[in-house]
Amino acid sequence: MENVFNSEIFILTLVVGVYLFAVWLYRKVRLALLHPVLVSIPVLAVVTRVLGISYESFEQGSRIITFLLGPSVVVLGYLLYEQVACLKENMVSILTAVFVGSAVGILSVIYIAGFFDADRMLIASLQPKSVTTPIAMSIAAKSGGIPSITAIVVIVVGIFGGVVGPFVLDKLGITSRIAKGLAMGSAAHGLGTARAMELGTVEGAISGLAIGLMGTMTAILVPVVEALLN
Amino acid sequence: MLAGVFIILFFYALGEGVAWLVQGFIPGSVIGMLLLFTALCLKLVKPEQIKPVVKFLCDNMALFFVPAGVGIVNATDILSRHWQAILTACAASTVLVIAIVAYIQQWFEKRRG
Repeated sequence: MENVFNSEIFILTLVVGVYLFAVWLYRKVRLALLHPVLVSIPVLAVVTRVLGISYESFEQGSRIITFLLGPSVVVLGYLLYEQVACLKENMVSILTAVFVGSAVGILSVIYIAGFFDADRMLIASLQPKSVTTPIAMSIAAKSGGIPSITAIVVIVVGIFGGVVGPFVLDKLGITSRIAKGLAMGSAAHGLGTARAMELGTVEGAISGLAIGLMGTMTAILVPVVEALLN
Repeated sequence: MLAGVFIILFFYALGEGVAWLVQGFIPGSVIGMLLLFTALCLKLVKPEQIKPVVKFLCDNMALFFVPAGVGIVNATDILSRHWQAILTACAASTVLVIAIVAYIQQWFEKRRG
């Protein structure tokens, strides 16, 4: 009898169902920390344990969903294309700012986590923390990190960045709308962009552009930094 | 819709192919993203062909990392041992990234006049 819970169709239905419930809850409660992913993960962890679903069958059963991470990175190319006019106007400044931001993001994680004696595997999982989740997970997997830690860390960072971002920008006396949007998207990916859209349409559009750029820069810089530091 | 699905899969496969050629230096999906961007700029791909697929994937992106996230149950000992490192590194680094990116962009704008 327990076989039915380990079947692919049961697991797929369960994952999509729990996620839809979490989205419904998020819309109802409107609390940043109740992000659908942060609710779905513990709920699924408990439900699979209660139903006696092994982690192996869960991973097998949800393969189709995990596969879609790849295509969802590819379609970010379309979002970049939509903002190409804006990129052309400010090419040098935008590329420089995101490049330095990506390097500072990677190096600060390495040195701060290193100060706490964190091991290589953990540092590799945290390095892409500012990058949109599907790209961050593949960067982490490639550099020997644990993608499931990365997934959760990235979302928490996004929520944190979205909340503190406007405050930090204000304290620094940032008035440029491009600078605000670029900073929000670079540091806090999609969740930063959602907040940037509340600041204004220019901020939102630039922030969306920053997501793809930050992902690309970090994917290139992580292996470079690793090669240089070793 | 299916043509759009094919185009996305095609660029993903192309990206994986290039990633294999450069020995996985950059993830194949990221290369696929850059190739799709280039193809759109060169008008090799019509935006309206892929728009429905883009919308579906972008609107539901968060679902796709839920199953992998559940794998966190196998990493709870790392999290409980290193939570101070994780929280400090991520919080400080996030504030630094916001500050440096905004500062550089604004500096360029001011200099230009």
